Amino acid sequence: MSVASKHVVVAGGGVAGMEAAGALAELGHRVTLIEKEQKPGGHLKQWHALFPDRRPADEVRKYLSRRIDNRNIRLFTGVGVDKIRKEGHELCIELSDGSELTADAAIIATGFDLFDAHRKEEYGYGIYDNVITSAELEDMFNTGKITTADGRTPSRIGLIHCVGSRDEKVNNNHCSKVCCVTAVKQAIEVRQKLPGCEVFCFYMDMRMYGPYYEELYRESQEQHNVNYIRGKVSEASVNIDNRLVIKVEDTLAGRPLRMELDMLVLMVGMEMSKAGTRLAEASGLDRGINRFLETGDHHYGNNISHLKGLFYAGTCTAPMNITDTISHARAAVAEAVRYLNTR
Amino acid sequence: MSGSTRNKFGFTVNRSRLIDYDSSDRLVREYITSREPSFRLCFACGGCTAACTAGHHAPFNLRRMNTLIRRGEIDPLRDEVTRCMLCGKCLLVCPRGVNTRNVVLLAAEAIRKLDRNEL
Ligand code: SF4
Ligand code: SF4
Ligand code: SF4
Repeated sequence: MSVASKHVVVAGGGVAGMEAAGALAELGHRVTLIEKEQKPGGHLKQWHALFPDRRPADEVRKYLSRRIDNRNIRLFTGVGVDKIRKEGHELCIELSDGSELTADAAIIATGFDLFDAHRKEEYGYGIYDNVITSAELEDMFNTGKITTADGRTPSRIGLIHCVGSRDEKVNNNHCSKVCCVTAVKQAIEVRQKLPGCEVFCFYMDMRMYGPYYEELYRESQEQHNVNYIRGKVSEASVNIDNRLVIKVEDTLAGRPLRMELDMLVLMVGMEMSKAGTRLAEASGLDRGINRFLETGDHHYGNNISHLKGLFYAGTCTAPMNITDTISHARAAVAEAVRYLNTR
Repeated sequence: MSGSTRNKFGFTVNRSRLIDYDSSDRLVREYITSREPSFRLCFACGGCTAACTAGHHAPFNLRRMNTLIRRGEIDPLRDEVTRCMLCGKCLLVCPRGVNTRNVVLLAAEAIRKLDRNEL
């Protein structure tokens, strides 16, 4: 290593934070990785399998655990980052337990929060038993039991896209990018685990932007008989048999449609995390109209903040999938190292 | 708009099937858009149509109406547009914040004026 090792703080121990910490440590820098939960891993901890290849999420979890298994990394858990401020050439990192760290550079990787489905009241989350979120369906995959609240095997499941995304009514105009392909993946998994269960995806646009996503969409139709209906569901209710009933327009047929379902899965989107929001506000960091962190340049400065020495990694800047999050974290490390070398 | 038109390939198409965009009527669209700019925001999700009570019983479809007006297809709308009861349920649903009720009101007004040659 030609450069003297520097101290870098990484705020947030999800996918982006773990990758960034690992990459920095590999280059010989001392890293303090700070995770507010008791364990690192972020949202990935909850996921059963990943799109587009449906590989076990555990494989990526293991990769990330190995990544931070480095003696240059000090891991703090159960503590958050409250504020980052500049003092001379150094950054002061104020932690939620009242302590303070100084660092030569820092990377914010505070990630996203899933949209709180209660806020979309017309879909009945928290009101009707069998309305669940995509994350809760993933839990069911983890336990291997896909059942209704009273323990029955569902014979028809509906997946609603864009819950909490692309919706002015909840102040989120952005697209969360990953929920369309998550719906396709989960639809296939339901069909594989419960071959007798019909699956319907209610979408506004199918956004298959990544490699092999469109192929997965095709496979879902060709091999798994997943049904797609283009229309935004306006509301869910229950009938006298306690079965869910949804209202939607089948916009391609041009007619309103009603359908009974045993289970409704809400594809909840990504929002700027509450922890990241507090940190941004306390530290005076700019945020975009979508409330994620605003980067120095949308094209060529996508890891840069307006504070010299402070960089951004992952979904604190915008919704992204795991592949892009890891690439983005590596790019943040490249920017940080460039800064440290020229300082 | 009945009858047919001969095109250069020598076979006929029924004109009412074709959206002839270049000879379409933009007046109604412009009348609405200039008074209710949110009309431009519709992304045809059909949320309004799903929520609309009028549309469950009679052929009235706000999402389709928006699209037809944008394409300058006014003829199919003359009867439809009067069926809205102005209850405003569509307003509660629209994810793009289109002032849907005002769009229906303006559409009805514009079509009336169009028929009287006042547009
Ligand atoms: S990825 Fe699909 S489901 Fe998610 S917000 Fe975008 S369009 Fe909606
Ligand atoms: S205001 Fe008109 S278009 Fe809107 S829901 Fe009521 S009847 Fe339907
Ligand atoms: S709900 Fe709004 S965006 Fe959707 S079709 Fe109706 S007017 Fe258009």
